Amino acid sequence: MGKRVAIVGFGQTYQRSSRKDVNGVELINEAVNTALADAELTIRDIDAVVIGNMDHFEGINYVDMWSAEGAGAVMKPVIKVCTGGTTGTTVAMCAYYHVASGMFKRVLAIGWEKNSESDTTGAIITAFHPVWERPTLGGAVAGLAIEASKYMANYGATERDGARVAVRERLHALNNPFAHLHQEWMKGIPVDQLVDLLVGSEQNAMLAYPLRMSDMCPRTDGAAAVIFAAEGTAEKIAPVPAWVHATANSHNFVYAGDVNMDRNTTIAEASKKVFKKAGIKEPLKEIDVCELYLPYSYAGLKWIEDIGFCAYGEGPRLLWDGVTDMDGELPVNPSGGVMSSNAIGATALIRVGEAALQVMGRAGTRQVKGGDVNLALATGFGGCYWGDVMLLGKKKPS
Amino acid sequence: MNEKKREDVELLSISSGETSQPFQWSVGKHGSYFLQQLRDNKKIVGIRCPKCKRVYVPPRPVCGQCYVAMDEMVPLSDEGTIYVCTIVQFGFVDPSTGVQRPVPYTWAFVKLDGADTCLTHFLDSVDPEKVKVGARVKAVFEERRTGNLMDIKHFAVL
Repeated sequence: MGKRVAIVGFGQTYQRSSRKDVNGVELINEAVNTALADAELTIRDIDAVVIGNMDHFEGINYVDMWSAEGAGAVMKPVIKVCTGGTTGTTVAMCAYYHVASGMFKRVLAIGWEKNSESDTTGAIITAFHPVWERPTLGGAVAGLAIEASKYMANYGATERDGARVAVRERLHALNNPFAHLHQEWMKGIPVDQLVDLLVGSEQNAMLAYPLRMSDMCPRTDGAAAVIFAAEGTAEKIAPVPAWVHATANSHNFVYAGDVNMDRNTTIAEASKKVFKKAGIKEPLKEIDVCELYLPYSYAGLKWIEDIGFCAYGEGPRLLWDGVTDMDGELPVNPSGGVMSSNAIGATALIRVGEAALQVMGRAGTRQVKGGDVNLALATGFGGCYWGDVMLLGKKKPS
Repeated sequence: MNEKKREDVELLSISSGETSQPFQWSVGKHGSYFLQQLRDNKKIVGIRCPKCKRVYVPPRPVCGQCYVAMDEMVPLSDEGTIYVCTIVQFGFVDPSTGVQRPVPYTWAFVKLDGADTCLTHFLDSVDPEKVKVGARVKAVFEERRTGNLMDIKHFAVL
């Protein structure tokens, strides 16, 4: 076992569709300064930096090199991590491992993306096999639509079920000043009616059946930074540190055609490992809040089943019963989630940072359970349905 | 934060222009054999794991599940079942060709009879009544074949 580690600071930029006033390094610098101010530290207090984003999305590689000044990494140990959509959570895991090893006391984790600088789908396709998959790949939206097609065929889920997830995410985003999408028109309209509007409106373009515009995440410019600190140091920095109780990841296939579309096996496996390490037996009862990387609506039905919050096929019931709403038993994505902001390399790290804020009781207008949060779960998603999971808690892990 | 207000500055961005970076991808022995079978005989082959007995398509040398070497090529049917599919209506530029595919088109994962994994390909139909999980399909080959996945033109819904 490694040393105990906690999150002691979090900073993020306002997530926006385009930030032409800053380049990538300047955007990173905003998040780093915000995180340092949040923890009341200076860059001199940081022992090492882990940074990541999507390779080549901005047409620039070696972000560890060219971002050093903005990242505060000059003459410090810096490591770049890129695992696709999971990059942000993998960056967090890597920073955690640095501190847990006992070799570093305070480590800065950074994730960022300027999706406005290239075509996101075109860039994503370059992650897939050039000989076997790229010639026919349907793109990022279609890659998720196929999973939805399987879930609907297996469990009889409907377009209204999918829209119910979209409504939750967009309503929650209204509480989050940092979120990219603020759909003010939704305010005050009953959930049922919003669902009907989303599935019935011709303005809500079908992108790849069954996914409409409202079922997808946006393309966002944004950055985030999270500071991890070792036991003994963490308590001095933060009044309520968010302790890392367990973390795990699972990556499976190279070929998309190998993926089991019946279940999200990687998020299931990583969740199982985390719950075993942390001694969680009844996730729905024991976990207080989640920040899940749900890039599209139907993931909010199916993946909560794979994590273990309910039985297969019961996801829609949890949604319609309001279990995952702000005031429900298990609020999911009080931040508005990925469907409300998706600066891809920052996205999974924002899940970790937002989960930490909930544990610290510092989530402001998006705080759940009056700040009485003992355990918060964050996840990442990417590539061939890859899964990262991190569990944070108010008490020191045993 | 610490930035000076430069409210009046004109915000510039620089275009990369029409860039092109050609690549030359090695297919390997197993993949080359698969493509040659497509090109020369209009046959689709897979490869069987000696341990778990899964049949993978396209063939590759290692079973990731068992981490053992595979060598037994097996012929597969040119017919199969739609495992998952979607009708794509959202256009984007294909970075391999620099061209935007016309929409709509149907993208499907086809589980060929005799295989445990799917080939990802196009279907000949964009009819939501025909394009469904579980529907049967059959490979349609190009007349002129070059040793490429696109030697299969598409799969026809039966």
